[in-house]
Amino acid sequence: MVAGELLKIFDDKIKQEIRIEPKDWMPDEYRKTLIRQISQHAHSEIVGMLPEANWITRAPSLRRKATLLAKVQDEAGHGLYLYSAAETMDITREEMIDQLLSGRAKYSSIFNYPTLTWADIGAIGWLVDGAAIMNQVPLCRASYGPYARAMVRICKEESFHQRQGYEILLTLCRGTEEQKAMAQDALNRWWWPSLMMFGPNDDASPHTAQSMKWKIKRFTNDELRQKFVDICKDQADILGITIPDPDLKWNEEKNHYDFGEINWDEFWNIVKGNGPCNKERLAARVSAHANGAWVREAALAHAKKKKTSTPEVTLNTV
Amino acid sequence: MNQTEPLWEVFIRSKQGLDHKHVGSLHAADAQMAIENARDVYTRRMEGVSIWVVESKNIHSSNPDDAASLYDPANDKIYRHPTFYNLPDELKYM
Repeated sequence: MVAGELLKIFDDKIKQEIRIEPKDWMPDEYRKTLIRQISQHAHSEIVGMLPEANWITRAPSLRRKATLLAKVQDEAGHGLYLYSAAETMDITREEMIDQLLSGRAKYSSIFNYPTLTWADIGAIGWLVDGAAIMNQVPLCRASYGPYARAMVRICKEESFHQRQGYEILLTLCRGTEEQKAMAQDALNRWWWPSLMMFGPNDDASPHTAQSMKWKIKRFTNDELRQKFVDICKDQADILGITIPDPDLKWNEEKNHYDFGEINWDEFWNIVKGNGPCNKERLAARVSAHANGAWVREAALAHAKKKKTSTPEVTLNTV
Repeated sequence: MNQTEPLWEVFIRSKQGLDHKHVGSLHAADAQMAIENARDVYTRRMEGVSIWVVESKNIHSSNPDDAASLYDPANDKIYRHPTFYNLPDELKYM
């Protein structure tokens, strides 16, 4: 088949909401953009475990410790589902890990902020997972099959993450004055970075148009960000804490909340690698990979030894 | 020399009575580790009574480009569908 015909078949599938699967012909740019998006999404899950794992040993109760552990375990799993989806497109896990550890690949800049207090864990669950859910639900209908299916699995697991975080803040806000102040302080520090999670404004986002044409993306950055602000305002009111934006105001005409300007210099500075924790996050991943090498080598050596010394044995009959 | 762990595809039967379903993949040194890792990652919410792992290289698949010709013989045999047959309305249980 001629390339022009293949492209037409591909475009027709996209138009008819027929999913593209791994061995289907696809434009090079489609494959490249998906590999980039999916692998960076995967890296974000893995790096995202770090700021939260920071508080596992200091969780204030057994219940909080158990739920935080479960959440962090889930994030590891989410990373795997996404690496798995990316690997259906002719890129290996080794290449993707190498891209992350060498600093060539990006991950969500939100994870370059530190978790300073226990309330931060609540704020992350409420706002960071909240923003992630807002982004991820439409991705369940992404045009690339493996990505969409990974997102369905992730979304099912994500809902307890947000509830866990909100419940932490609710408990603090109904506690002592100091506890409530700690919750307010966490909101003050995590609010704007969470809004930045949705990416640059639409007119400054070069990838958006093509991603929407290919139905990888269903809503623009600004659309999702607006929805997030509208939802969070009511949720903040229930907690009894104030979103740190003096320009946040209900707009009767638009039926949305108007909100203030995001500090885009801060955003780009973090993306460039100058955030409070960029170096620390990358160093943690590099050392985890290096320190785990002996385990991988031992497992492979053991597998090789078993293969040569014992005859073929099936583990279980079907 | 740094060898890499092979890629395995994972299939889970979530409940007695259902088929095994493909859920994703993972890297592991051998079958036993693949099964244990699959349990850790794909059945955290008890969605598995049975796990199959198959090294990805052992999965053979048809070529989507051949789909048209591969399935063509099936497409025009509409008499395989019950609606092809004209039977009176008063006929029951058929």
